[in-house]
Amino acid sequence: MTMMLALIPLLPLFAALFAGFFGRRVPRHWSHWVCCAAVGISFILSAVVLYKVVVLGFTEINVTLYTWLDLGSTKLTIGFLVDPLSALMMVVVTLVSFLVHVYTIGYMKDDPGYARFFSYIAFFTFSMLMLVMSDNFLQMFFGWEGVGLASYLLIGFWHTRPSATKAGMKAFLMNRVGDFGFIVGIGLLFATLGTLNFGEIFARVDELQGLNVSLWPGLEWSLLTVACIGLFVGAMGKSAQVPLHTWLPDSMEGPTPISALIHAATMVTAGIFMVARMSPVFEGSDTALSLMIIVGATTAISMAVLGLVQNDIKRVVAYSTLSQLGYMTVALGASAYSAAIFHLMTHAFFKALLFLAAGSVIIALHHEQDLRKMGGLRKLMPITYVTSLIGAWALVGLPPFSGFFSKEPIIEAARFATVTGHTYAYWALTLGVFLTACYTFRMIFLAFHGAPRYGASSHGSHKASHKEHHEAPKESPKVVTIPLIVLAVCSVFAGILFITPMLFGDYFGTSIYGNYVAHDAMARLYANWQGVLHYLLHAFQTLPFWLALAGIATAWYFTLSAPTAADRLVKTLGAAYGVLKHHFYIDAFYERVIVRGTHSAASWFVRGGERFWSEGVLVQGTTRLVQWGAQSLRYLQTGYLYHYAFAMVLGLLVLMTWWGIKK
Amino acid sequence: MNVPVLSLLIWLPIIAGVAVLAVRNVDGGRPSRWLANAAAWAAFFIAVYVLCRFQSTSAAMQFSERVMWIPYFGIEYSLGIDGLSVLFIGMNALITLLVIAAQKAGSKGSYLSALLITSGLTYGAFSARDAVLFYIFFEAMLIPMYLVIGVFGGAQRKYATTKFFLYTLFGSLFMLLALFYLYGVSQTFSLQAWHHLPLSLYMQLILFGAFFMAFAVKTPMWPLHAWAPDAYAEAPTGAAIMLASTKIGAYGFLRLLLPIVPDAAQVLAPWMIGLSLLAVIYFGFVALAQTDLKRLIAYSSIAHMGLVTLGFFLFDAVALKGAVLLMVSNGLVVAALFFCADSLEKRLGSYRLTDCGGIVKAMPWLATLLVFFAMANIGLPGTSGFVGEFLVILGAVGYQLGVGLLAATVVVVGAAYTLWMVRRVVFGPVTHSSVSAITDLGMRERLLLSVLAAVMLGFGLWPQPLLGMADASITQLLAHMALSKL
Amino acid sequence: MPGLEPTLTHYLLLAAALLVISLVGIIANRRNVLVLLMAVELVLLSANLNFVAFSAYYNDLSGQVMAMFVLATVAVESAVGLALLILLFRRRGNIAIQTLDVMKG
Repeated sequence: MTMMLALIPLLPLFAALFAGFFGRRVPRHWSHWVCCAAVGISFILSAVVLYKVVVLGFTEINVTLYTWLDLGSTKLTIGFLVDPLSALMMVVVTLVSFLVHVYTIGYMKDDPGYARFFSYIAFFTFSMLMLVMSDNFLQMFFGWEGVGLASYLLIGFWHTRPSATKAGMKAFLMNRVGDFGFIVGIGLLFATLGTLNFGEIFARVDELQGLNVSLWPGLEWSLLTVACIGLFVGAMGKSAQVPLHTWLPDSMEGPTPISALIHAATMVTAGIFMVARMSPVFEGSDTALSLMIIVGATTAISMAVLGLVQNDIKRVVAYSTLSQLGYMTVALGASAYSAAIFHLMTHAFFKALLFLAAGSVIIALHHEQDLRKMGGLRKLMPITYVTSLIGAWALVGLPPFSGFFSKEPIIEAARFATVTGHTYAYWALTLGVFLTACYTFRMIFLAFHGAPRYGASSHGSHKASHKEHHEAPKESPKVVTIPLIVLAVCSVFAGILFITPMLFGDYFGTSIYGNYVAHDAMARLYANWQGVLHYLLHAFQTLPFWLALAGIATAWYFTLSAPTAADRLVKTLGAAYGVLKHHFYIDAFYERVIVRGTHSAASWFVRGGERFWSEGVLVQGTTRLVQWGAQSLRYLQTGYLYHYAFAMVLGLLVLMTWWGIKK
Repeated sequence: MNVPVLSLLIWLPIIAGVAVLAVRNVDGGRPSRWLANAAAWAAFFIAVYVLCRFQSTSAAMQFSERVMWIPYFGIEYSLGIDGLSVLFIGMNALITLLVIAAQKAGSKGSYLSALLITSGLTYGAFSARDAVLFYIFFEAMLIPMYLVIGVFGGAQRKYATTKFFLYTLFGSLFMLLALFYLYGVSQTFSLQAWHHLPLSLYMQLILFGAFFMAFAVKTPMWPLHAWAPDAYAEAPTGAAIMLASTKIGAYGFLRLLLPIVPDAAQVLAPWMIGLSLLAVIYFGFVALAQTDLKRLIAYSSIAHMGLVTLGFFLFDAVALKGAVLLMVSNGLVVAALFFCADSLEKRLGSYRLTDCGGIVKAMPWLATLLVFFAMANIGLPGTSGFVGEFLVILGAVGYQLGVGLLAATVVVVGAAYTLWMVRRVVFGPVTHSSVSAITDLGMRERLLLSVLAAVMLGFGLWPQPLLGMADASITQLLAHMALSKL
Repeated sequence: MPGLEPTLTHYLLLAAALLVISLVGIIANRRNVLVLLMAVELVLLSANLNFVAFSAYYNDLSGQVMAMFVLATVAVESAVGLALLILLFRRRGNIAIQTLDVMKG
C-alpha cells in the first residue's frame, strides 16, 4: 500500500525529470508518451485507492515515509493521509491532469518548448498530489509552493513575451502574500500544539478554544481566529479570492492547457481543499467563517460582473473561475464543506472542459482569442460546440447537469448558515446565477453562433490573415476532442451520480468535520432532502433556475437578437462601464500604490538608509570625525622648540605637584 | 586518536598556500594551480573523514588536541569540534573545493594562495577552543582577504578593502579587550572554562557589547554592515564567496557570545530581535532597489543573516535549530548565486541587471540553475533555503505574534527581489547586443553548479542528517543559555 | 662674618634661580639660537652648582668629580651646538628660532 501511494506522486515526478533532462535529446513523442503514461498510471492507482477507501472501507490510511526533521519536541515527517477527501482529490487531479496531458499533445504540437512543457505539467501533477495527499502542514506547504512554482513557470512559459513573465511574477508574488498568512497560521498552531501533523492537531484542537494570542503585549486576540484567518489568507492567495485575485486573469498569458489544469481545475482549488481539510480548526472560529462567507460572496458577485465585459475568450472563463471559487468559499464559510468539495469536483470537470474547448477554438482560429473576431463556429466545430454547450449548461447550473447539483446546495447552505454575512452571501450568490448565465452564454453565442467575423477583421496581424485566407477553421484533432468528450461526460453525470453519497450520505465520514449544532446549514439541507428526482423537479420552482434562464435570454438578446443594444447600454452606463473595464481599478491600485510604493520605499531606503545613513553618516561620518580630530590635534604640534620645552616643564611641574600631594 | 586531524585540516591548506605562492611563477603557473587543487581536494577529504567519524550523539568536543603554547599566560594550542563546528567545517571544505576548482587556467597563483590560506584559517577559527587561538585565526583571516580584494578586486577595490579591514579590525578590538578581562577574572583562556564563569549582569552587559561589536560587524548586522555590500561586490568571486559563505561571524555568536554572557543576551534579546527584524525588512527592500547583480546577492545574504540572528535571540529550540540550518543553507545559496553572477560577468562583462536579460535562450543551463538557486533563496520547500527560514518563522510566531508577522514578511519581500532579479536576468527580451552571441555554461561550471544544486536539494528534502549532527550541541547550548551565570 | 656665611640653602636657591632664568631663556626666547644654547649651558651650570654645593656639604669629593664631568660634557655639547649653529646659519642665513618649525604638524 505504501509503495502504491508513493508511486502515485512519484511517477509524474520521474516523468517530469525525464522530460526535463532528456526531453531535448530524445524524439519529441517520447516526452509525451512518458508523461501521459506516468500520469495515466497515477490516475489508475488513484482510482484503485478510491475504490479501496470507498468500497473496501479503508476509511483512513495514514502512512509515514520518513522523518524529515527531528526537532526533539516533535518529529516532522513526510507521509500520506488518504481518506475519502484526499482520495477524491487524487482522482480528480490525476484525471483532469491526464486529459490535459493528452490534449497538450495536440495543442502544443508546434511549440519549440514541447518537452519542457510536459516536464512542467508533470511536475505540477506531482506537487498537487503531494499537496492533497499530505498528512501534515509541512508537506502540504511543500506541495502548495510546488504548484505555485509550476504555475509561475507555466504562466511565463512563453518567456519572450514581457507580459507573460510579468504575469508569472505577479502570480507568484500574490501567492506569496497569501503564504505569508498561511505560514503565520501554521506557526500559531505549531507554537500552541507543538505539532504539524493533521491528526494530532485535530485531536487536540479543543485545547485551542478560549486561548488568546497577543500581537504584542497588551493586544489580545482569540488564537483560533487569528490562526484561521492566517490559513484563510493563504487560501485566498491560492484560490484567488478578492482582493488577492488579480493574478488569475493575468495568468491567462500561459498556454491554454495549463489554464485548464492549473488555473481552473486543480491548483486554484487547493485553498478550498486546504480549508476543508482543516475544517475541525475552522469550526472553532465564527469570525473566520464569517470572513470567508463575506469574502467568498464578494468574489462570486464582483468577478461575475467583470466576466460580462471581457472580450478575450479565456478571460471570460477565468473570471468565471474566480466567481465559482467564490461560491466554494461561501460554502466553506457556511460550514458546508462537503458542498464546497462537491462543487470543486464538478467545477474541475466543466471548467477544464470550457477552457479546453476555448483552447480548441483558439487553435482553430490560429491563436485568435478575441470573441469579437469569432462567431459561427457551430457548424465548423461540432464537437467543440456541443461539449462547450454542455460545459456552459453545467456552469450555469441547469438541471440535470452537474453544476446544478453542486451549486444549488451552496446557495441553500448560504441561506441556512448562521454566521454573520450569510444573508448577503445568499443574495450575492443568487444574483450571481443570473450573471453567470449572462456571461457564459454571451461567450457561447459570440463564439459559436451568428455570422463569422474572423476572416475580414484581422488586419492587425498579416501572418494570421494570410493563413486564414487559405484555411477555414476546422474541428480539432482527436487528441483534443477526446479529452473534451470525456470531460463533457463527467460534467453531465458527476452531479446526478454523486450528490447523494457526497452531500447527504456518509461518503466523507470523519475526513470532514462540521460542528452541526452551531453551524447547522448542512443539517437543514439534509432535512429538506428527498432524493435526486425530487430535487430535480423542485428546481423548477426555485429562483436560481428562473434567474439562469433569464440570464441566457438576456445574453441572447444582447448578442444575437439585438447586438446594437449592447453598445447602447455601454454608452448609457458610461462611467460604470469604465469601472468594470478597469476591473474596479484594483489592478491599477496595486500597480500605482503597492508596487510603486514598494519601489519608492526601496529607493528611499537606499538613498536614506544606505547612502545617507550607513555610507554617509556612519562611514564617511567616522572618517570625517577622525579627520577633524586629527586636524584639531595638529595645532598642538607647532614645531617650535620653546613650546615643547614649555610643555615639558609644565608637565614636570604637574607631576611633581601630584607626587607632592600624594606624599 | 593519534593523528592530529584538525591540525592537518588547518595547516595543510595554509602550508599549501605558502607553497603555491612560492611556485606561482614556475612554468606559467600550472604547478601552482595543480598544487592548489590538490590541497583543496586533500582538505576536502580530511573534512569528509571528520564528518564521517563525528559522533553526532555527543555534545562533547571531539578530535581534541591540546598542547601548552604560552605557559606563562596559560594559552593553549587547543583544538576540538562539536556539532556546531562540524557543520561549518564541512561547508567550508565544500566551498573551498568549489572555489578553487572553479578557477580556470590563467588565474593568479597568489590569488589561489590567499584563498587557501583563508580557508585554513577558517578551519582554525571553527575548531579553536582557546580564546587567543580563536582570536588569532579570526583576525588573521583579514590579511589574505584584505590583500585579495585590494589586488584582484573591482574598480572600487581600494575603498572597499580599506573599509572592510577597518570595520572588522575595529570590531574585533573590542573582543580582544573582552578576552583580556575574562582572562583577568578566570586566569585562563579556555573557552570551555569561560562558559561556566560566573559574571555579574553589569559586567555581562559590557562584555556583550564587546563581543557584539566583533560579531555583528562580521555577520553582518544592521547598522554595522556598511563594509559588506562593497566588499562582496568588489571582491573577486572566489573571495566574495569565502567571505559571505563561511559564516564565521554568526558562529561567534554561538561559540562565544551566547554561552559566555547568557544573562546579558536574555536582557538585550528584545533589542537584538528588533535589530534582526529591521535587517530582514530593511535589507529586503534595499535589495529590491539594486541594479547590480552582486550587490543584490549581497543584500539578500545580509537580509537572511537577519533571520539567523533573530533565531539566535528568540531563545527557542526550534528557532535556534532553524538559524543554524539557515546559516548553512545561506552559505550554499550565496555561493551558488555568486558563481552564477560570475559566469554571467565572464560572458557579458558586467554585473548590471540592465545588461543581462533574456539569457534563457542563449544559456538554458545557466537559466535553469539560476532559477533553481533563486527558488532556494526564496525558500521554496524542497530546497535548503526553506528549512531554516520555516523553522525560524515558526519560532518567531511562537515567541510573539507581532515578531512572527514581521519575520514572515521575508516570504513576500524575499520573493519580490529574487523574482525581480530572475525576471530581469533570465527572462524578458534580450536587452544587450552580446546576449545573443554568448555561449552556455561550460562543463566545469555546469558540474560545479550542479553539485551545489544537488546539495541544496538533498538538504531541503531531508535535512535530518544535517541537523542530527548539530542537534546534541544545540540542545546543550540551549540548556546552557537557560542557566543563569549571576 | 658669622651669620652671613652662605649655607647650603643659599647655594641651592642660587642654582634654582639660575635654572629658572635658563628655562625662561629657553621658553621665552624666540629670536636667537645662540641665546638658546647659552641658556642650555646655564641649565647644566645650575646643576653643577648643586653638585658642588652638596659635595662641600657632605664632604664628599665625588660631587666635584661629577661637576668636572659635567663641565667636560658642557664643553663638548656647546661645541656641537655651535657647529650646528654655524651650519644652520649657512643654510638659512639667519638663526631666528621662529623660523625653525619643520616639525609643525
